[in-house]
Amino acid sequence: MVLLSTDILIFLLLALAIGYALYARKHEHLRAPWSLVLRSKVGISCMVVLSFYILVGLLDSVHFHPTTKNGAPTGDVISLFDHLVTPLREQQEKTYSAPFAAHLYSKESIDLPDGGQIRGYPRLQWGGAHLEDPQQMRLADILSRTLAGAFEGLLIWLIIAAAFVARLASRESCSIGRLLHRLLDGRSEIPWHVMLYTLAIMLVLTFIALNLATHYHIMGTDKVGEDVFYQALKSIRTGLVIGTLTTLVMLPAAVLLGIMAGYFRGWVDDVIQYIYTTLSSIPGVLLIAAAILMLQVYMSNHADEFNSLVERADLRLLFLCLILGVTSWTGLCRLLRGEAMKLRETDYVQAATAFGVSHFTIITRHILPNVMHIVLISLVLDFSGLVLAEAVLSYVNIGVDPTMNSWGNMINSARMEMAREPVVWWSLVAALLFMFTLVLSANLFSDVVRDAFDPRLRQGK
Amino acid sequence: MMTYIIRRLLYAIPILMGVNILTFMLFFVINSPDDMARLNLGAKHVTPEAIEKWKEERGYDKPLLINSQAEGLDRLTDTIFYEKSVKLFMFDFGSSDSGRDIGHDISQRMWPSLAIAIPVLMVGLSINITFALLIVFFRTTYIDLWGVVLCVTMMSISGLFYIIGGQYLAGKLLHLVPISGYDTGFSAIKFLILPVIVGVIGGIGGGTRWYRTLFLEEINKDYVRSARAKGLSESMVMFRHVLQNAMIPILTGVVVVLPLLFMGSLITESFFSIPGLGSYVIDAINMQDFAIVRSMVFLGAVLYVVGLLLTDISYTLVDPRVRLD
Amino acid sequence: MSDLLLRVSNLKTVIGSGDSPVRVVDGLDLEIRRGETFTLLGESGCGKSMSALSIMRLLPMGGHIIDGTVELDGVDLLKLPEQEMRRVRGGRMAMIFQEPMTSLNPVMSVGKQIAESVQLHDNLRGAAITKRVVELLDDVGIPDPERRAQEYPHQLSGGMKQRVMIAMALAGRPELLIADEPTTALDVTIQAQVLELMGRLKREYGMAILQITHDLGVVAESSDHLAVMYAGQVVERASCRGFFNKPLHPYSQKLFDSLPTEQKRDRPLSVIKGTVPPLDSQFIGCRFADRCDHVFDRCRSEVPQWDLLSEGQGVRCHLYDQIDPKVGTLCLPTETVVEPCEQEKRDKPTLLSVSDLKVHFPIYKGLFKRTVGAVKAVDGLSLAIKEGRTLALVGESGCGKTTVGKAILQLIRPTAGSAKFDGDELTQLSRSALRTRRRDMQIIFQDPVSSMNPRMLVGDIVAEGMVAQSIGVDHADRQERVERLLEQVGLPVSAINRYPHEFSGGQRQRICIARALAVNPRLIICDEPTSALDVSVQAQILNLLKSLQSELGLSYLFITHNISVVAYLAHEVAVMYLGRIVEQGTVEEVLQTPAHPYTQALLSAVPVPDPERAKERIHLQGDMPSPAVPPVGCHFHPRCPQATDLCKQAYPDRVVLSDTHTVYCIHTER
Repeated sequence: MVLLSTDILIFLLLALAIGYALYARKHEHLRAPWSLVLRSKVGISCMVVLSFYILVGLLDSVHFHPTTKNGAPTGDVISLFDHLVTPLREQQEKTYSAPFAAHLYSKESIDLPDGGQIRGYPRLQWGGAHLEDPQQMRLADILSRTLAGAFEGLLIWLIIAAAFVARLASRESCSIGRLLHRLLDGRSEIPWHVMLYTLAIMLVLTFIALNLATHYHIMGTDKVGEDVFYQALKSIRTGLVIGTLTTLVMLPAAVLLGIMAGYFRGWVDDVIQYIYTTLSSIPGVLLIAAAILMLQVYMSNHADEFNSLVERADLRLLFLCLILGVTSWTGLCRLLRGEAMKLRETDYVQAATAFGVSHFTIITRHILPNVMHIVLISLVLDFSGLVLAEAVLSYVNIGVDPTMNSWGNMINSARMEMAREPVVWWSLVAALLFMFTLVLSANLFSDVVRDAFDPRLRQGK
Repeated sequence: MMTYIIRRLLYAIPILMGVNILTFMLFFVINSPDDMARLNLGAKHVTPEAIEKWKEERGYDKPLLINSQAEGLDRLTDTIFYEKSVKLFMFDFGSSDSGRDIGHDISQRMWPSLAIAIPVLMVGLSINITFALLIVFFRTTYIDLWGVVLCVTMMSISGLFYIIGGQYLAGKLLHLVPISGYDTGFSAIKFLILPVIVGVIGGIGGGTRWYRTLFLEEINKDYVRSARAKGLSESMVMFRHVLQNAMIPILTGVVVVLPLLFMGSLITESFFSIPGLGSYVIDAINMQDFAIVRSMVFLGAVLYVVGLLLTDISYTLVDPRVRLD
Repeated sequence: MSDLLLRVSNLKTVIGSGDSPVRVVDGLDLEIRRGETFTLLGESGCGKSMSALSIMRLLPMGGHIIDGTVELDGVDLLKLPEQEMRRVRGGRMAMIFQEPMTSLNPVMSVGKQIAESVQLHDNLRGAAITKRVVELLDDVGIPDPERRAQEYPHQLSGGMKQRVMIAMALAGRPELLIADEPTTALDVTIQAQVLELMGRLKREYGMAILQITHDLGVVAESSDHLAVMYAGQVVERASCRGFFNKPLHPYSQKLFDSLPTEQKRDRPLSVIKGTVPPLDSQFIGCRFADRCDHVFDRCRSEVPQWDLLSEGQGVRCHLYDQIDPKVGTLCLPTETVVEPCEQEKRDKPTLLSVSDLKVHFPIYKGLFKRTVGAVKAVDGLSLAIKEGRTLALVGESGCGKTTVGKAILQLIRPTAGSAKFDGDELTQLSRSALRTRRRDMQIIFQDPVSSMNPRMLVGDIVAEGMVAQSIGVDHADRQERVERLLEQVGLPVSAINRYPHEFSGGQRQRICIARALAVNPRLIICDEPTSALDVSVQAQILNLLKSLQSELGLSYLFITHNISVVAYLAHEVAVMYLGRIVEQGTVEEVLQTPAHPYTQALLSAVPVPDPERAKERIHLQGDMPSPAVPPVGCHFHPRCPQATDLCKQAYPDRVVLSDTHTVYCIHTER
């Protein structure tokens, strides 16, 4: 096992999320809005999609040193996810190849068996290598594998769905037939049918991809022949880390300072306001640029302190989260300050003061629980913006480490090839597709969460 | 009013001082000028002499805060802090690490930045408001639902896609306008069309959705009901009452970013090779020219503070309830 | 032209759709004749406002009219196309709303807002419009109308805004003015002004008024006919005189019985048990059956129909069915349980004495935010409360009475003055000493919704004070105490594990009382504890407060603007105006023989629920001045009908009328 610093934080976040879920189950004021989220069709299907992303991200966060065939550990660091998709990771070509191609994208001199040479498109080492005559057999092969994948996916889905329905039936103590009827008509309280349909789509897509990816580069390969599909999948963790850890690292400061400023007023308020006005007056991109430049200086001067490239890239990722956090906590802090200011004047805080309850207790008991919904809303709202920001920052070279897989880096490297004739489009499309799916479901999900937690907006509808 | 402005300007001083000290710490204390020199000179095995020479040429060889060798006032002024940080307050940006006059560069490069930013803002604003009004007008129908879905979808697409897609479509497939580049005078227009369109489209999703929320918030207020009770038609209610009130947050939201328009857009300018301040920053970052980055951080902070002040003033102009003193 | 102006029949309005829509109006019938004032009377949530909005076809989103007709002069409004309906709205039929604060567009000058209406419904152009706007403003009694027309709503006081709303409604010369609780948000002296104005305009314009209110006093003052609404239906219809002579429906009778008055001082008020049924439920029998004292089997199984009695008086109650012999028995007073009233205990020791209390909020201005003045919310106030007694602090909104309560509790630190509690000077106490003292003084707030943390269980809310004051040995002990307290205030013990939002307003106020009682206080400051509640619920709370006082010997500082509550509950009264007390005495002295002109005007402005009792009203002009710049001399002189030049010279000295009765007015004779 190797624990990278972001891994630790990710699992800390996971533990927090589980703890929150257990806590929310017991508390009506949290359970009610979450069950509203579950009851929304959009909400529940976004949750399914997001959980696929999260699963990949979590698998990709368990790192270890792989062993060679004879059991000796190597110096590399790979993740559980890498291990699971070993074929994808190891089937490298020489350079560009289009999706599903059996040949390279560029002409090369090919050594003929008879010793002669011709200019042509050489066969790929892995992609479509099992086909004798790609031209004729490829389409049929792809189709049959797709069908097989779809079938497997549906099969798995049926098993899961059957288990789920059986469990639901026993919990609600009604017959499976009646329950099915209710589900299919969409008359269940929580739209389980929507969840199951989404799950079906996701499972079928996953299994088709699994079936095809072992024999083709379904999204092509990049300049050094790496599988683009693999890159896109690996980028999921980077996106998730940026989207969640950034908010997480700035949360304590924003919550503490915001509430303190609003609750205590006076000079405390003045100081905290000064701090966040100063920080937010520096344009975010420039602050990030300055900080990342400084990090680069630091890293190049202390190159020997890092054991591996992975560690180095990971540290830079963490640092990026930190600095993004510094630029984005001010908004939440300001919101919380305003809310705390309102809450300290409410009758129940006045009543608590009249009982002689201490400031600390008032803050933890009365203020904090009543601003948590704002924290949660800003957490989910910020997520998609941060994922998009990563791409932009990486493009400007002030994002994640260039060696790290990220959608931003993929787009950045693909951009160079846009001028090529014919165009190498697949890296770009793959990155945008994966990013779009994540951001769209996160956006829709955050809308649902916000509507559920902010009753003022719910009335506005 | 006047006293308010003066007081706000006085408040701005400690903020800018904070920004100044922060950047000073970041650039000169956490990392020494030696580190910068080494990074700039590239190779690992640079001689100490080369580093000294590099520093001397750029004035980084002075002491940080107090020059113990100098006499009188020079003890304080002949230092890096004074030369590189305090002088920013006089808008004396000095020269970049590659020897160019930053102040001159900025005054040259802000015009192309404005040439893109202002049309994007204006066109975007009017389009977004129109769309939002339409959506709100049909708020009981499916137009609202699908409008919002469309907005969210457009928001979820990375801005990079709009740029790359726009360049590919307009430049490569249709050959309508040049993909990138810039020219002076009126011939710049043909270079500006694409970036402006891309900028507007990229902002539609978020903008429309935000304005829709503002309109919806207003439309449920009591005074709208009174307006209807007068017998006003729905479109009159919308334009005369709802729009007028919703314009307050919209306008002030625009005013706060107005000064920052000078800073340009990093991504757009660099993709379209427009010699504005945005690409200036990007080039500086890529060339690791710290002097430029530092100057731009300070300039950005100044503009932000100005933006805040303008916002407060604009409130008094559009909202009769707000009086500043 | 017939005499009948508006006929509503079988109007049904629902909000929401799906399986259980909320039937906010469920079969409304009413008839309004030209030139009369017709009142819809009922408590909150009974569907009054929704009825009015249905008639105007201005329902909020999600509301639909599903059945019925609304005929204005024979034309069914519900069948009109929207475009023609718009001409009716604001033209033949106008409406004003409860909240004048939010009902005007904040960024448009009031003149323009009225002009909009004029333009729509009058064929005027240009300068004629401006002239008409000024005319209208003048009509509704706004001084200096030319200047006021240029002003924005936030520059006007609440009463002025309501006048502007009325001017806007008058612009189309409506035949019917619908007024939805037009004076509820206003102070009683302002309410008197607005009611008078509406009466005058009704005569001048010859229009009919459909008035919606929950206040029996307002009904008695101004209406000709009325209908009592309960749970979406009209349960009784009568002429005003007939109704006040002999209310028929058990619900109407209960409304009268639960009004606090001086005569009922020595007995608990009659209350309506339970709450209004939710309007999305299916009703089988009478909607009031569960809360009615006269309920019998038929009420639960059969929906009562209209019984038309004499002179247009009608009632929806089985008791009045022709075949039923119970009619005669009903009108007897139903409940005369007289509890032994407390004896007069005048020589009790003083618990709290406040002298020369000042709370000033500084006003900052200028370049360096120097203090240039102060809002003198409380400006030299003295009062004393004896053990086991109730002192009522009476005044209109903005006079600083809430600040007094908070300053006594040191929730707001007073600027000057002293507050002695049982010998301790509260303003000088150290932090820890004050913390210990806090158990002796508690507060109950006006709004039962915002006075409890929505994220806490009722059990924890009630126990909060005990934990903070370390009362009770352990959790189990405190839990037991919480249970006892809940029982004491009349709530089930099961409430412990529920959240505040699961309770109705009255129940929440009980929880707040239990919370305050938890630390065994000796003084409770009640800050308008019943003004957010319906009259029947108010009766419950007043009864509870009264019985707690006699059981536990509590003292109350009862802050209120409601004179009838004062008459029912208080022993002593202090009348406050602009940060100072103007008159103080026992409840008999102040209410029977008020000496200060302000007290006299205040008392005369209170609407009395008895149309027979004609009384002389003292009309106050204008609004209360700002506490930042109180008038020189007597604060009241700009509005005082008896003011002379002498009043402008200096603030009047204290005039002692009796041992207990003091007043600050130079016109008082000793």
